[in-house]
Amino acid sequence: MTTPTRTRPTVTSGIGDSPLRPDGVPKLKGEFQYAQDLWSEGMLWGATTRSPHARARIVSIDIGPALATGGVHAVLTADDVPGPGMFGLEHPDQPVLASDEINYWGEPVAIVAAEDPDTARRAAAAVVVEYEALPPLTDPEEADRADSVFRRLQIRSGDQEVTGEVVVEGYYEVGTQDQAPLGTEAGLAVPDGSGGVDLYATSQFVHADQSQVVEALGLRPEQVRSHPTGVGGAFGAREDVNLHIHLVMLALHTGQPVKMVYQRSESFTGHVHRHPARMWYRHHATRDGKLVRVEAKILLDGGAYASTTSAVLANACYFAVGPYRVDSVLVEGIGVKTNNPPCGAMRGFGAVQSNFGYESQMDRLAAELGMDPLELRRRNALATGDRNPTTQQVIQTPLPVAECIDSLAAIPLPDGDDPILPGGSGLTTDRSHIVRGVGYSVGIKNLGFSEGSDDYAEARVRLTDEGAVVETAAIEVGQGLVTVLAQMARTALGISKAIVRHVDTSRIGSAGSTSASRQTQISGGAVMEASRRLRERILAHHGGDELDDLGVHRAGELIAPMSELIREGWEETYTFRHPPTTPPDDDGHGDIHADFAIAAHRAVVDVDPELGLVRVVRVDTAQDVGRVLNPVSVQGQIEGGIMQGVGLAVMEELVIQDGVIRNPNFTDYLLPTILDAPDVEMLLIEQGSWWGPFGAKGVGEPPTISSTAAVAAAIRNAIGRDLNRVPVRPEDIAL
Amino acid sequence: MTVNGQPVSAEVEPRTLLVHFLREDLRLTGTHVGCETGYCGACTVHVDGEPVKSCTMFAVQADGANVTTIEGIASNGDLHPVQEGFWERHGLQCGYCTPGMIMSSVALLSKNDRPSEEEIRHGIEGNLCRCTGYHNIVQAVQFAAARMRGEEPPAADWEGGE
Amino acid sequence: MQAFHPKTLDEALAAAADGATPLAGGTDLMVEVNFGKRRPEMVVGLRRIAELREWERSRIGSGVTWRRVERDGPRAYAQAARTVGSPQIRNAATIGGNLGTASPAGDGHPFLAAVDASIEIASTSGRRLVPWYEFFTGPKQNALQPGELITAVVLPERLPERHEFGKVGVRNAMVISTVCCVVTRDTEGSTTVALGSVGPTPIRVPAAEEMISAEPSPSDSALGEFARLVSEGVRPITDHRSTEEYRRHAAGVLARRLLERCLA
Repeated sequence: MTTPTRTRPTVTSGIGDSPLRPDGVPKLKGEFQYAQDLWSEGMLWGATTRSPHARARIVSIDIGPALATGGVHAVLTADDVPGPGMFGLEHPDQPVLASDEINYWGEPVAIVAAEDPDTARRAAAAVVVEYEALPPLTDPEEADRADSVFRRLQIRSGDQEVTGEVVVEGYYEVGTQDQAPLGTEAGLAVPDGSGGVDLYATSQFVHADQSQVVEALGLRPEQVRSHPTGVGGAFGAREDVNLHIHLVMLALHTGQPVKMVYQRSESFTGHVHRHPARMWYRHHATRDGKLVRVEAKILLDGGAYASTTSAVLANACYFAVGPYRVDSVLVEGIGVKTNNPPCGAMRGFGAVQSNFGYESQMDRLAAELGMDPLELRRRNALATGDRNPTTQQVIQTPLPVAECIDSLAAIPLPDGDDPILPGGSGLTTDRSHIVRGVGYSVGIKNLGFSEGSDDYAEARVRLTDEGAVVETAAIEVGQGLVTVLAQMARTALGISKAIVRHVDTSRIGSAGSTSASRQTQISGGAVMEASRRLRERILAHHGGDELDDLGVHRAGELIAPMSELIREGWEETYTFRHPPTTPPDDDGHGDIHADFAIAAHRAVVDVDPELGLVRVVRVDTAQDVGRVLNPVSVQGQIEGGIMQGVGLAVMEELVIQDGVIRNPNFTDYLLPTILDAPDVEMLLIEQGSWWGPFGAKGVGEPPTISSTAAVAAAIRNAIGRDLNRVPVRPEDIAL
Repeated sequence: MTVNGQPVSAEVEPRTLLVHFLREDLRLTGTHVGCETGYCGACTVHVDGEPVKSCTMFAVQADGANVTTIEGIASNGDLHPVQEGFWERHGLQCGYCTPGMIMSSVALLSKNDRPSEEEIRHGIEGNLCRCTGYHNIVQAVQFAAARMRGEEPPAADWEGGE
Repeated sequence: MQAFHPKTLDEALAAAADGATPLAGGTDLMVEVNFGKRRPEMVVGLRRIAELREWERSRIGSGVTWRRVERDGPRAYAQAARTVGSPQIRNAATIGGNLGTASPAGDGHPFLAAVDASIEIASTSGRRLVPWYEFFTGPKQNALQPGELITAVVLPERLPERHEFGKVGVRNAMVISTVCCVVTRDTEGSTTVALGSVGPTPIRVPAAEEMISAEPSPSDSALGEFARLVSEGVRPITDHRSTEEYRRHAAGVLARRLLERCLA
């Protein structure tokens, strides 16, 4: 097991502690500035004209009536886009504004700036667009047959002819989930008077926003500065550009600051969703429950534009087997292009979908073998030193699969009745109507970016009269990065005062995206290493042997007080990279991933089988967290992540018909309420990471990966029936 | 109307929502908008002491009323016990739902100073949180309830346990 | 847009006669305004009219909030009130507003249908009492004529001894009903069953009522027959919230359960 870097216990609020959030007071008093709250004197308000068709040809656009609306300052269409006019996180395949073809419902066609939001919206509605509606391609299997694909990926390992004594097959579906952060997309672009713009907008990755704005509009990099700003949740929805380029266009065109805030209905079309999946599985095993071969076909609907579909598909495929040993593997993955809404990043990023597939299969296999489902998983558990059966990569990080399973099994089951019944305040269900069920799922996911991408983060640590100031462009979306980066700086420097300051893209290098469970490890790695080097340089300079709040000491004597160090203006900038990864070869093999994390979940549900209503009573978990840097933040990530997994299991789904979202609102896209929240018991498994700072692993995604499948398994266990689709709807149970 | 104890008068378009009046005319941006359909609860304020969703109310409807927003909850710069509870018990992450959660919790505790866990859940069922899973929010309200009764708040479930 | 917030009903009726759109708690109208689906020229706010908040025995003013019904209403009406929106919505939303919207999914409607309530409607030319089955004329349509306002709900002087409400929805709070239902039963065994979200308007199921009213102490098979008749008697559709088949099934199951509670 790895040994964590030596900690300095004399520093309070360092790693291992749970200091209160530094952004807590402003958030609690209503003083925290979210992108929605930004204000600039004389600013205009933007709005977007969007296509009512999923697929169409634009015959003509008449901006006359919109422009004639009083208070309107600009109405821009594709004709007004300077530069190439295309953007995309991985491939620039998406037009800033549609020019002649519409590829999804809600695609932006025109943008407006006006003196107030109501006028802007009315003007956007007044843009006259003549469409020739075309039949949309919305069936992903038809898209596959038509070879309308973003990526195909085949993984072949071991003897392809081998078969097992026991074979189970299944077909599984995952519906479209939305991140639904409570704050919608919002931003403000402020022209600098010399052709440049300062952009403040909801984001997970300001450097990627900046480069996409620059490239799409043909600007010089120094013309656009993207500033981290307050974000009301993200979960993947803010990794792609949406209103950013539009804001910059409007600000440059009008010469005035322009603000835009999406309404909830627009937000549902304005950001990408979790990919819906169709999966075909065949598992082969010996009679005594050893996996022999796994065959999977995974079809993800990427919607109209690429976004991160190829990486999401890769994840779904590389983890198509789960955290289990098996020699023979065949995985065929297809990420198709359709006229459905574009899909991209959401917490779990492909690993969620295939987890539902392979864990449903593991339960099916256990039933076929007459074996305890946990015992089957334990017998096949992957461990450090094994090869990941898909990529054939030797796993170097601690991988406590068996430990997670055993720990989970040791958590006592709830023995009493739950105070909340299925149906909740609807009073549908009496205690006599319910059946209890228990289900399990174990998940695996990579941490950080994969497949050979250069994954790095820059951070700067400075000594100032405010204490150590950590400068970063890494985005705080609520997860607590502002707390943990300061903790790391305190511990690595030996100084108890440290704060985190977000700076714009012109003042620091990229921190990469707040996604892939990566910032604690990667921006954290940069902060730890910058702090460590800074401390060493200061000590060397002064010939000291200890640094603390008072200054530099030698043999217990203060030789350079902190005020002197501050005057000296010490700072250190460091760019951290995780161990390099490689792209896959033709068989999908390679050192594809930098690190892995495991979580196991056990769900306990009360089901009213006759009405098909479910109350999720408990979701317990044992999670591989590497090393706990902030216990309360880890707990918060786990409880919140489980809640999103429960949402996908029983209620969250965008209903899309003929490419049109039928429920783009909180009336009908159902987020779990406090009466739907399960209790959570958790055990944290601390075995370190092979490279994460202080032994940390990312903790944000694993809670979401296998909690969905565990709830579905528990419902199956309660009702004794097969369920091959999430979210599980009342009619799936009752009819 | 009176907002956070201060008399406020302004000529507004009758169409102006209360939440927009608060946010844009008074620049009290602590009251958030999350859904415009009355579901998320981020825009919760008190009108004459009762929590309401300010996104489904015209400003002129509150003419003459006593409106309290999140900015009016702390007194003399000291956090209200409910605010303290949310901080101490990690009842917030992104914080976007937090002002609405606090307004609902304050209203609940003004009517029931010793709510059971179930009563807490029912009291704030009209506020969605996407980050926390709600567990720490319940603990935050329990913390505040004890503090407001002058008692020592119960230990957090991560304290003293395993 | 003009907004007018009178203190008396007469002033409000005069405004309504001039074409003003009535605004009660704002739950439904404001959503339409927020999304630009409606841009009323003139709005008449009803919140300040004390007369509409009066509740005298079986006559409940249209301005009574769901919060008051939750606290003070007859059992099944209070149970229904408990599921209207959220606590904040119930503080503002009124029974009159619920009727004005006349959504097929309105949580308050089945109770009114089950007890044969009437809706009192007023205009500058007088008042009229409309039985519930004439009031609801279609999905989001009611018998209100231009210039009319809903002033009260009038319940029968005597309610059946037992009445129970239930609502099927996909989450445990703040949800539009998939099916909602009220069953009433008096000591003589006379039973009514009314449902929402399973037809264009709230509906009763006479065949099920007649059959079960004739059973002084219904057997298991009689209860099953009751459920079957309810399922058969509803007219649900498939939409983005649920399917016709499930709604039909759930209507029967829920009605039977509520009847069992009435019998307990």
